Amino acid sequence: MTKIGPTDRSAFPRKLDLRHGRVDLSHGGGGKAMAQLVEEMFGAAFDNPLLAQRNDQAVFDAPVGRLAVTTDSYVISPLFFPGGDIGSLAVHGTVNDLAMAGAVPLYLTAGFIIEEGFPLGDLGRIVASMAAAAREAGVSIITGDTKVVERGKGDGVFINTTGIGVTRPGVAPSGDRARPGDAVLVSGFVGDHGVAIMSTRENLSFETAIASDSAALHGLVAAMVEAVPDIHTLRDPTRGGVATTLNEIARQSGVGMVLDERAIPIREEVAAACELLGLDPLHVANEGKLIAICAAGDAVRLLDAMRGHPLGADAAVIGEVIDDDHRFVQLRTAFGGKRIVDWLAGEQLPRIC
Amino acid sequence: MKYVDEYRDGALAERVAAAIAAEVDPGRIYSIMEFCGGHTHAICRHGIEDMLPATVRLVHGPGCPVCVLPIGRLDMAIELARRPEVTLCTYGDMMRVPGRDRGSLMKAKAEGADIRMVYGSGDALRVARENPGREVVFFAIGFETTTPTTAVALVQAKALGLRNFSVFANHVLTPSAIQAILDSPEVTTTGSVRVDGFIGPGHVSTIIGSAPYDRFARDYRRPIVVSGFEPLDIMQSVLMLVRQLNEGRHGVENQFSRAVSHGGNAKAQALVDQVFELRDSFEWRGLGTIPDSALQIREGFADWDAERRWQLRYVPVADNKACSCAEILRGVKKPADCTIFGTVCTPENPMGSCMVSPEGSCAAYHLYGRWRDMEKRA
Repeated sequence: MTKIGPTDRSAFPRKLDLRHGRVDLSHGGGGKAMAQLVEEMFGAAFDNPLLAQRNDQAVFDAPVGRLAVTTDSYVISPLFFPGGDIGSLAVHGTVNDLAMAGAVPLYLTAGFIIEEGFPLGDLGRIVASMAAAAREAGVSIITGDTKVVERGKGDGVFINTTGIGVTRPGVAPSGDRARPGDAVLVSGFVGDHGVAIMSTRENLSFETAIASDSAALHGLVAAMVEAVPDIHTLRDPTRGGVATTLNEIARQSGVGMVLDERAIPIREEVAAACELLGLDPLHVANEGKLIAICAAGDAVRLLDAMRGHPLGADAAVIGEVIDDDHRFVQLRTAFGGKRIVDWLAGEQLPRIC
Repeated sequence: MKYVDEYRDGALAERVAAAIAAEVDPGRIYSIMEFCGGHTHAICRHGIEDMLPATVRLVHGPGCPVCVLPIGRLDMAIELARRPEVTLCTYGDMMRVPGRDRGSLMKAKAEGADIRMVYGSGDALRVARENPGREVVFFAIGFETTTPTTAVALVQAKALGLRNFSVFANHVLTPSAIQAILDSPEVTTTGSVRVDGFIGPGHVSTIIGSAPYDRFARDYRRPIVVSGFEPLDIMQSVLMLVRQLNEGRHGVENQFSRAVSHGGNAKAQALVDQVFELRDSFEWRGLGTIPDSALQIREGFADWDAERRWQLRYVPVADNKACSCAEILRGVKKPADCTIFGTVCTPENPMGSCMVSPEGSCAAYHLYGRWRDMEKRA
């Protein structure tokens, strides 16, 4: 299999036609067309010394300490959406999965499954966006893979990224470490990503100014662990939203939680869209928010650290961890009653990330 | 959110709650049925039961269109969807309702049936226009609230001469269901269901008005308050019912006056009448077969009637024996009284229809309120 290498102009006298060209089966065939796509598009955009090794694998010195590895596949529809695209999302999502271990993200791999007929120009936009997101996040895309499937057997492009990071000594957030009395924090407005995607779907389109919150959170996490190294739990509430994430943590840690509805930051436009669509904003996906759980005594310091970072400016303490054998996540409603915040049942919206 | 937040004001809620607590007769039980599943959902979502005295009891009624549709009618839709030429357009809630032999539209879709989730009849009409080679069927369910939109789609399809569109009509009538409950042996004879008054449906009444309830108030001597769906609406409606009961009155009152009039929406009613006529009888899950309780498509729109086009026949199917949906829909049982609630039957793996739609009592309880029952059991 030909792997990503540096651009070799002499080998490909005619450049890829980004204006009118389309991906065809030869771009995944292992021959010269594929080599050109890999070199001119991926190699040029992601250029870094490890990628430039041009081997079937990237070889590098192992960093000192404990490694964190994660993988995620991105199948979002539509590919381009307000606030991002599948390329930036494929970087942010995987970087965030590393960051939720308190790890420093170092490297990504990128696997592309492209449908025959996909415009080369669109692929170029996605790759450029992915490269920009990786550059901004300070991670290198060090190896990759390209496959092309026949028309009708895919939907534009699917991307898989694997992330490698190194953990920080003394920082070990985990889903099983929430303890009764702990504070539950969220880093900002919830539900933006899901509502932004829904607003673009053809069968439920509505006008909204909401953009996806897609962002890499490791910088925010760095500021947080500097202020409070012993954060008990970190998790990004993606599919299933804040509600599902908190239920996962409650189950893993064997605890319950009580949230205060009035404290949960939700944009008015998101609340209105959810009202219209009959959705609970707590079930709507996020791509640039995190949930943090820490000892009550650390909460103010952690909140200050979060609010001091641009991606945590609207952070809030939204509830506390309690002792509960049923592991229920409860909500004190703004109205004055109480209810459960349950797992998302079924699928709210397919292909949200 | 203007026009919504005002009706969710916690401080105002406390004042209404205090008024209810002050006005209830401590020696008396107030058993109030909210007919509509939308109210059940709001009650659970906002935790309204926490704010009412223990003597005010809310009995959840059958007003959830997904819940009351019997298995036999769902099976007709699944059968239609499996036809290779058919694209079935359905409200998302219907997808997971279990049919005969645990089949469902979701499973039929996974097996290759062309099923699209839509938000309304207009979307289905669009699918038909965009796919002239497909037979597009709209699986129409609902009470009087959604019937006019189905009627509009049929009128438009006829005007456009859109031959590849048809409607599988399952629209049902609220007054018939209220009457069935008031005439049921549980209410009239055994007394196992006590209904002192009704929180009347709000959205349905925007179409039919509050007039159709006058005879229930008069003949059955039960007060009815037509209510909006925000938590303050419901609290205020409870207060209005408590006052009527305390004063021995049984009238129809309209709490939802910002949307509901006595006569309702005459234009929508005329449209429905143009397209639909009464069905001789219709089987409801839980309530049994009720005469004149549902609508069918008139002869003039026969070409757009999926039942006629494919000569669909209704075959009654008994509910799953372990499932208590029937009793829950009549108010005889609460969700937690069902032996399979939360164990065998969950939102992820529903056995009965009440666990599927967010307006179903079981789903609303499971989603929002089941810790109450856990506390009681413990």
